[in-house]
Amino acid sequence: MTTCTRPDIAPLQLGPFTLDSRLIVGTGKYETWDIMAEALEASGASAITVAVRRERLLDSDGRSLLDAVDLARYTVLPNTAGCFDATDAVRVARLGRELLDQLGNAGKDWVKLEVLGDKATLLPDPVGTLEACRELVADGFSVLCYSSDDPIMAVRLRDAGATSVMPAGSPIGSGRGIANPAAIRIIHDLLKDPAMGGDPSYPLVVDAGVGTPSDVTLAMELGADGVLLNTGIAHAKHPVQMARAMRLACEAGWHGYRAGRIGTKLFATASSPWRGTINVIPGE
Amino acid sequence: MQITVNGEPLEIDDGSTLPAVLAMLGLEGKPCAVEVNAAVVPKAEHDSCTIHAGDVIEIVTLVGGG
Repeated sequence: MTTCTRPDIAPLQLGPFTLDSRLIVGTGKYETWDIMAEALEASGASAITVAVRRERLLDSDGRSLLDAVDLARYTVLPNTAGCFDATDAVRVARLGRELLDQLGNAGKDWVKLEVLGDKATLLPDPVGTLEACRELVADGFSVLCYSSDDPIMAVRLRDAGATSVMPAGSPIGSGRGIANPAAIRIIHDLLKDPAMGGDPSYPLVVDAGVGTPSDVTLAMELGADGVLLNTGIAHAKHPVQMARAMRLACEAGWHGYRAGRIGTKLFATASSPWRGTINVIPGE
Repeated sequence: MQITVNGEPLEIDDGSTLPAVLAMLGLEGKPCAVEVNAAVVPKAEHDSCTIHAGDVIEIVTLVGGG
């Protein structure tokens, strides 16, 4: 007899958006559109990120992302990747909104805000991010803010009206996982603990740097509400299998955090009773 | 007259409207967002958007990204 049931994961609420999956996945870097479509499916994600780029005017033939993705299935989250100042990020966000409005996709009202410091680190420029966040919030966007794992910056972005703060686990595409778990935990407490001025319903999403499923689980075990990743799936040897693993890892971490882990001890505690052993116990 | 589209110079007829430029580039009917001089022109306003000499136009679409 099987008693296995589908794990019951509460939906992820990001402003006005209710997502069935707590994993948000990117659409970049896949070898083929078919592998991407299959990986998106295997990830279980209901929201996917995309980038806004110039239309190829001389080479516009061939299949594009819009041909490969079933837009009716996903809430599309446009990013401002590649922008290095607030002005450009706001322009790109507005262009993304216009595109998604034309496509009739619910994602027109939100944006994954990235204002980058430089091309080598792809770390966010905190000043530009804060400036763009304020402007986009004023323009009616739900702003999901890519940030560093600086706890004070996270609070500043929350206070500027960001729908969610999304600290990087480690640099984009680095596969280094959660480089500073303590910082993520501090961000979690500052944003979500009422005793620290937080709101338990404020969503914290760990974005970037994920290399392996255990990175996703760790992020969720630290109390994140969701994880956003791209390269960890797209550049895996078997992207579809990795997408499935990331989905399971996300669910495992979500349940694990809520189940309340045991404390850690330096010495062992036996799981089997000492009483009734038939042998002599050394030292007793 | 000359305008700039996606960073490249383009010769168009005087008095061209935005849909005429899009058609000239083979983008008629394709989902694409358009900026003229750094301001988005919503789809509903394309027909009434007249392009002027020196205008800088950006035409974008969605691509894979993270």
